[in-house]
Amino acid sequence: MADLSINLAGIKSPNPFWLASAPPTNSGYQVQRAFEAGWGGAVWKTLGEPILNVSSRFAAISFNGQRVMGFNNIELITDRPLEENLKEIYETKKRFPDRAVVASLMVEPKREKWHEIVKRVEDVGVDGLELNFGCPHGMAERGMGSASGQVPELVERQTYWVKEVARTPVIVKLTPNITDITATAEAAAQGGADAISLINTINSLMGVDLDTWNTIPHVAGKGAHGGYCGPAVKPIALNMVAECARHPRIRIPISGIGGISNWRDAVEFMLMGATGVQVCTAVMHHGFRIIEDMIEGLNHYLDEKGIASVMDIVGKSVSKYSDWGDLDLNYKVVARIHRERCIQCNKCYISCEDASHQCIERLVDENGKEYLKVREEDCVGCNLCSIVCPVDGAIEMVEVPSEHPPMTWNERQAALGRLSGCSVDIKSL
Amino acid sequence: MTLFPFFKNDSWRGMEMEQSRLEKNFEEVEPGLTDREAMEEANRCLYCYDAPCIRACPTGIDIPAFIKKIASGNVKGSAKTIMLSNPVGASCARVCPTEELCEGACVLNHSTKPIMIGKLQRYATDWAIRNKEVLFQAGRKNGKTVAVVGGGPAGLSSARELARLGYEVTIFEAENQAGGLNTYGIVSFRLPQNISLWEVNQIKSLGVQIRTNTRVGKDIEVNELLENYDAVVLAVGMGKVPKLGIPGEDLDGVYDAIELIKETKTKPLTDRLAGKRVVVIGAGNTAIDAATCSVRLGAENVKILYRRTKEEMTAYEFEYKFAKQDGVEFRWLTAPKRIIGDSKGKVTHVECVRMELGEPDADGRRRPLPVEGSEFIMPVDVVIKAIGQERHIELIEAFGLEHDHGVVKVNPETYQTSNPKVFACGDVIFERGKGEAMVVVAAQQGKEAAYGIHRYLTKAVSETA
Repeated sequence: MADLSINLAGIKSPNPFWLASAPPTNSGYQVQRAFEAGWGGAVWKTLGEPILNVSSRFAAISFNGQRVMGFNNIELITDRPLEENLKEIYETKKRFPDRAVVASLMVEPKREKWHEIVKRVEDVGVDGLELNFGCPHGMAERGMGSASGQVPELVERQTYWVKEVARTPVIVKLTPNITDITATAEAAAQGGADAISLINTINSLMGVDLDTWNTIPHVAGKGAHGGYCGPAVKPIALNMVAECARHPRIRIPISGIGGISNWRDAVEFMLMGATGVQVCTAVMHHGFRIIEDMIEGLNHYLDEKGIASVMDIVGKSVSKYSDWGDLDLNYKVVARIHRERCIQCNKCYISCEDASHQCIERLVDENGKEYLKVREEDCVGCNLCSIVCPVDGAIEMVEVPSEHPPMTWNERQAALGRLSGCSVDIKSL
Repeated sequence: MTLFPFFKNDSWRGMEMEQSRLEKNFEEVEPGLTDREAMEEANRCLYCYDAPCIRACPTGIDIPAFIKKIASGNVKGSAKTIMLSNPVGASCARVCPTEELCEGACVLNHSTKPIMIGKLQRYATDWAIRNKEVLFQAGRKNGKTVAVVGGGPAGLSSARELARLGYEVTIFEAENQAGGLNTYGIVSFRLPQNISLWEVNQIKSLGVQIRTNTRVGKDIEVNELLENYDAVVLAVGMGKVPKLGIPGEDLDGVYDAIELIKETKTKPLTDRLAGKRVVVIGAGNTAIDAATCSVRLGAENVKILYRRTKEEMTAYEFEYKFAKQDGVEFRWLTAPKRIIGDSKGKVTHVECVRMELGEPDADGRRRPLPVEGSEFIMPVDVVIKAIGQERHIELIEAFGLEHDHGVVKVNPETYQTSNPKVFACGDVIFERGKGEAMVVVAAQQGKEAAYGIHRYLTKAVSETA
């Protein structure tokens, strides 16, 4: 049994799986149920001035018949009085002292408002604070959430205000609705944040009803953009986590969020620099019970790899994430079709023919049996055929030895620059 | 164990079977897919390129395309794709031996499990039926006329294609309704009549005239057709079940399988077979239908007698399994020798003889030979003949067509007969031992005969021009 406990900027939890601040952490009843099921921590549904919600709040998209590939919501922060939430936080923490209970906060961008709420929540014994600078809908129209989170100066200043009074670690939750998330991540670090969490949800419109022409969801015939999350956003979130993790001026821990549905997703986020992960949509879809497999799967994975502590995998893939200009131009893979496994759906053929480099041939052998073969000399190693192939192991991408030593674009340009400095005619090279 | 609750105890015996219960027995057995099931199954389809299932379908339905259309919610388009290639595609969704055709060719046989193509085809066509869709329109009239003799699958299929090409088509149908065996000859619990009649109506909606209750050669002369139409399609199928050629065949209680099935599809169901001991002679799909039909009509015991073995039987495997599930017993290598009746002329026994297989005969199947002295007597109340169908030799000869024992000879490319004006398709050209007499094959031949006629008549135009 590996040690699954984590320490994120001083916030400790028995496993890296936290519930993200969202509908599943709306009440003490829910969070305690989650802890009973085994969740390591929970970020409470964002506290602030109680709001009014609309009815018809969630929507999801199915993909090829599978439910909830992506999910969105137009629900706001907590609609329950602060006192009630604080009482339940206190009770929950008392019942589960070993779990991480983090209060998510969102108030107007005023120093005294932040000071007031930080003191009140810390008084009931939370383990940390998460500043919600990410919520993209509703609150943003009132100057909060992502409206704050999109402006680096506002992130820095509000983080600073919080840090003036906070006694517990401060996590800044970032919005992905920005061109370069490292700008706000850096601002949070500058403001004194102990950690960042990302991503919050992405601006989205889930759909339009083909019969009524209403938005999905709609509130009495009108819609507004919501926050997108779920499995579909995972690659976007993973990139943003990785970009922050490899940024030289963002040297604080990361809590990874965005489409994490199982232990495998969690391992990927942790390898890319997250110290722990937060989960919401998968719980919205299946309930708290998914934690059992998440813990067990992670445990088995670490045991198989002979890794003693989950903290040992944090950031192990970060150095492998780089810029395009640092990739080796002379590395080459080609597709190879294993005839004995191929079921001849011809999906690779048509995708290569219509959408790639026309290098798969349909041939007939001496017995009149059809088969597919890659013309390796023309294959650019795009992977498309192996992506569309429905059979595991039928198409393998094989590395072929290069005639040239490794050379990146950046190295190539640098070399060319040196040559031009020597006034050599590079065209003749 | 029995499938039917009212057989559970014997108290039903002698009772009047409730009509509604009988009718329930004849309701379609296989349920259709629900929307959700269809969506999930459609999404499982790989959407192969140049898919083997298309090549395995005698009518060449673009199966991945129709399945993709179900997945996208374009069910009308899906039905159109199916029915364009196969004008009796709704019936075929139910009666095709899919595991031997499309589903047998599905590439997923090699990885997971094949797509339920037949059920998806049924889902799409059922949708079109429920929504009263009219899927095709007639082409612009080209001024030429074609008579189609016989409104079964082959005739309907040729008529539909000819109408799309602009011909004025008249179908001459001997029965009260068109559709042929789909309407009359396949049991309701496998193929309800309304499915076949929907297909007939689709063809009518292209302006094809169907003259029912009109038997060519009797109600209308062959020459009249040859003289008044630019071309004739002969698609009369086959006739009634031939005589067994044994004593006692005219006794009360001897039935023709096709007639019996037809009765269950055209008249109120009766309890005539209730509590009876039935033997069915033959082991083709019609024999299975007659046997399961008898079970559902309340017969106490149903046996299929076949002079060869399971290996040689022509019934599809799924039909065989279906009969076994219905409790039908099979007596292989058993042939009837004599039907015995009582003084009132009612069947009481069948004398059978055991058989053994000898050398292969002309159609490649081993010839059954009686085992001397193996005769035995079986008490029965009803004998149903299902040993194939007779040929319409008289009509074929009235058309003056070359034939081989009632199998009309055609050019395999064009379906043209020895009379250039006459094209033939379907069971009327079906040769024993040459594949299977499948509805889907008849449909394809109907299409090809239509194209043959089109080539013939347009060539005639260009030559005279």
